[in-house]
Amino acid sequence: MRLSTGGRIDRSRRVGFTFDGRELSGHPGDTLASALLASGQKVVGRSFKYHRPRGVFSAGSEEPNALVTLGAGARAEPNVRATMQELFDGLEARSQNRWPSLDWDLLEVNDLFADFLGAGFYYKTFMWPRKAWEWLYEPVIRRAAGLGALSGQADPDPNEKAFAHCDLLVIGAGPAGLMAALQAGRAGADVILCDEDHELGGRLLSEVEQIAGAPAMDWVSATVAELEAMENVRIMTRTTVTGVYDQGTFGALERVGRHQRHSPGALPVDCFWRIVARSSVLAAGSIERPVAFQDNDRPGVMMAGAMRSYLNRYAVAPGDAVTVFGNNDDAHRTARDLLAAGVHVTALIDSRPGVTTDLDLPFYPGAQVTRASGRMGLETVSLRTASGEMKLQSDALAVSGGWNPSLHLTCHLNGRPTWNEELAAFLPQPGAVPGMQVAGAAGGVFATDACLASGAEAAGRALAELGLTAPPLDLPQAEAQGYGIAELWAVPGRGRAWLDLANDVTVKDVRLAASENFRSVEHMKRYTTQGMAPDQGKTSNLGAMAVLADATGRDMAATGITTYRPPFVPLPIAALGAGGKGRHFAPERLTTSHAQSLAMSAPMIEAGLWYRPSYFPRPGEKVWRQSCDREVGHVRQAVGVADVSTLGKIDLQGADAGRFLDFVYTNKFSTLAEGRVRYGLMLREDGHVMDDGTTARIGPEHYVMTTTTAAAGEVMGHLEFAAQVLRPDWDVRLISVTEQWAQFAVAGPQSRALLENLLGRELSGEILPFMGCIPVTVGGVEGRLFRISFSGELAFELAVPARYGESLFATLVERAEARGGGAYGMEALNVLRIEKGLLTHAELHGRTTAYDLGLDRMMSPSKSFIGKAAAARPGLVAEDRERLVGLRPLGASKMILPGAFLFEEEAEPIRVNAQGYVTSSCYSPTLGDTIALAFLKGGPDRMGERLRLVDHLREAVTLCEVCEPCFLDPEGERTRG
Amino acid sequence: MADLMLTARNALPQGEALTLAATRIEVLTMRRLTSLMPGRDAAPLATALQKHHGLTLPAPGGRSLREEGECLWFGRDQYLLIGVAPSPLLSGAATMTDQSDAWTSVLLQGPLAREVLARLTPLDLRDVAQPEGATARSEIAHMMGSLTRVAADGYRLMVFRSMAETLLRDLRETLEAVAARQAL
Repeated sequence: MRLSTGGRIDRSRRVGFTFDGRELSGHPGDTLASALLASGQKVVGRSFKYHRPRGVFSAGSEEPNALVTLGAGARAEPNVRATMQELFDGLEARSQNRWPSLDWDLLEVNDLFADFLGAGFYYKTFMWPRKAWEWLYEPVIRRAAGLGALSGQADPDPNEKAFAHCDLLVIGAGPAGLMAALQAGRAGADVILCDEDHELGGRLLSEVEQIAGAPAMDWVSATVAELEAMENVRIMTRTTVTGVYDQGTFGALERVGRHQRHSPGALPVDCFWRIVARSSVLAAGSIERPVAFQDNDRPGVMMAGAMRSYLNRYAVAPGDAVTVFGNNDDAHRTARDLLAAGVHVTALIDSRPGVTTDLDLPFYPGAQVTRASGRMGLETVSLRTASGEMKLQSDALAVSGGWNPSLHLTCHLNGRPTWNEELAAFLPQPGAVPGMQVAGAAGGVFATDACLASGAEAAGRALAELGLTAPPLDLPQAEAQGYGIAELWAVPGRGRAWLDLANDVTVKDVRLAASENFRSVEHMKRYTTQGMAPDQGKTSNLGAMAVLADATGRDMAATGITTYRPPFVPLPIAALGAGGKGRHFAPERLTTSHAQSLAMSAPMIEAGLWYRPSYFPRPGEKVWRQSCDREVGHVRQAVGVADVSTLGKIDLQGADAGRFLDFVYTNKFSTLAEGRVRYGLMLREDGHVMDDGTTARIGPEHYVMTTTTAAAGEVMGHLEFAAQVLRPDWDVRLISVTEQWAQFAVAGPQSRALLENLLGRELSGEILPFMGCIPVTVGGVEGRLFRISFSGELAFELAVPARYGESLFATLVERAEARGGGAYGMEALNVLRIEKGLLTHAELHGRTTAYDLGLDRMMSPSKSFIGKAAAARPGLVAEDRERLVGLRPLGASKMILPGAFLFEEEAEPIRVNAQGYVTSSCYSPTLGDTIALAFLKGGPDRMGERLRLVDHLREAVTLCEVCEPCFLDPEGERTRG
Repeated sequence: MADLMLTARNALPQGEALTLAATRIEVLTMRRLTSLMPGRDAAPLATALQKHHGLTLPAPGGRSLREEGECLWFGRDQYLLIGVAPSPLLSGAATMTDQSDAWTSVLLQGPLAREVLARLTPLDLRDVAQPEGATARSEIAHMMGSLTRVAADGYRLMVFRSMAETLLRDLRETLEAVAARQAL
């Protein structure tokens, strides 16, 4: 029920929204929870396991009950805390975990069988048959228990991630945080002030009190105005700091677009911040905890501090007749504020004997609430006083078991809180996070005047660390509320008393865990699932630990608490993954021939980050194989053109460049003549092959290395490591020139004629022999021409600065087509190299050695090189290692599939009998047959042997013959042309 | 066929790509870029650069500027000479490698520039860390790049040529998102 006056809502405007289809309204300034309460909606959800009706329990991000689903379709957002959701016009909310409706939920039957459904019941019950757990029990249990459901569709909304940097991060903008930010801001520090609310003020938003002789919110407004005017202070509202990470890095979730109706466009829903701060002040306040008693989860039972929030901030009376129950002085404030607002208070019940009150109401010191009754909403409260039991007619009950400092962030780097008897609370371990000061209620300082002082002091310590001078202290006068408390966690009695409302964990469950020897808090937590719901047990952790301590005969300090880990509030995966969805997953690297390849209808495939043409379909070609076969024919019979710019190109210069290459390659390069190219093999330090490629010497101290496309970055890193760490004494300078040059392979019997015509010069074997390179001028541009081949044909690679790549590719393709050839793509390139037994990363997959690849003769015996010693280990040169061979099919089946295993013809095709595996295969149009490369135990000694190939996944069985891995022109006559 | 002339093409159409909330994304013209690697001793390069180009050798994270020419710190033991053809007389003092075609340069300038970059790079962009004229090699939207603060509210971003379209797309979309926030 809305009160007629007061509150921080804008009564001049109405905001319409729906809950389970019902049209309701509230005001700007409302949360969904306050608007629901104002509309008289008592039940807002059903509990996780027993499907019990539940109402709003808190007024903050700790809410265990009031989780709703917002929106519909792909935009449906489950488990939104109604207590944090700002109301906006057109908001659609639905309750969760009920069927068919919130008021009438069939699965409430679970509540009747509660005696059978205690902690761990399914571990004990659904044991047999074992296999049924996965396909029957678990799905059924998950369906019956649970929260809101995801839409199952891709999230259409934009999200973002961002970075921020500051001197001082202040977490929380209550009195302590505001005071800290003010001091630091005045001192000139770069300050970021984060608060998860949309308004600054923290608890002051919800309390009736004075600062500097005026309403506290006047001081807040003035302070915020001063902070906003400072250029060095950045205020981030709706931003929850979720985690602390190494070296002053914090994670924070900002709700950017969630407080308004969805508008299609670029506005992100959430932003995940990484804030790097030199120091920080934790002023996150505290979270009130309940007291457990029978049926304390009934709708209408609410935290006492939350009730003040609804009353004072949102002008909502939680009921017509309200009972207040607590074990501390703070609960009295709720009774006071209720009275002041004109709400009927049935009783103030304080479990501490001997305490007094000035309030004009029925007061029961030394009494305890034993039961809350009323299934769909509180009706009566039972209490036990010194003189006996009694019942009160109440439709709302405020409960306070004391306050827990919000010290979660101090535990993220393994800090362990310490127990404080006087406050009956855990306090942060000093120094738990380097550079972090704790202020206000987060550090167990509860009175407003002390919070202000504590914020200023924390800022002072942080400023000193930053080397800044704190300004003169100007502390406003504020109230010095006392906070007396006597521990009370659970009221003894019959029935079920709730600890964790979110996961339906009761006192009985925790006692059961202890009796079954789950005595450690960590074990109890996992056995009962206490604290494992989306609220992470913010209101229930300490109560559960106290019950466990009692059941195991230990005190709180010895029992301890479970470890708090990030995130402090649930983080949408979409926010964490922002910037990585769809095309944003990785940069797209495009070659200079990309546009023309697309114009030629070439499907693109990814090679590393690069996009390369798969094949170039021509009219009439219906499947890729037709295009591929034709393109192979271009190269074998006429001339083909392919963009090979994606291969890594590394420029090496310096007096020791030759020595350096000798050191990183297995074979020698210092002896390479200028104008010549050599194939090189590079090992990792562990002796396995890392990469291969050609390196040209283009000057006395100048080499250009090529790497495979996939390993370009890895090789560059490897060379930098070798140059900086292994041989820092050598003069060698490395730089990637991959992007500087566009390079095209021109391959086939007519390649020489094409290039001679293009370049207007002779390119005979004397002028440019196989494995030679010369500078050329093409179309007025300086370029480089290499005579190298990855196809086994007479072939060249022509390189020009990248800006001319597109133009050169166009002319090369045009000229190749005029000669009966044309462009060829990755499919044809792959066929051409398999026909020649040339290697790619299908074979250089990181577990193969030069010996396995038949390249052991490239391991120079006369010099030292990276990987040499490790490659000589017996295991890496054993005769039964799987070594490179070729395969051809023998029988009717031609299916040779990469990934398939090889077996002796009569052997059973099981793992232990595997003789090797296929790495590459293709249909060779040149040979008219399927061919493949494979690794086979003792392969080179088994030529002509018949083997059975089995692909267990694709269910292929093929009889094969082992052959040499080079299927075409083994003498290389065509290449040397 | 000696009459063939190859035509040059930038990775992106040059000029303004998008202006939103007074913040401009502009593809810069391709200029001459030469990598200078002096090896362990940079002193001879500092002397030669001063003598032949009138430019000082910048400290790490810095750049020197003079009329057309600019020398940019470009990583460990590496500098980038921008806008001028390197004097051949530098060759004794540094290894030179043409990089003119390897990089794409985009200018981001305006009141939202820093907010846009806060979403694309982990760099600290505050005045204390990144004053005008400062340069850094860092991540820009998953790409390794170079970022130079060329004006109070202007940044020149450089990434590999092949990734130019990705950079432009990320800049556009991020500017749109930041502008949408401003409109809140």
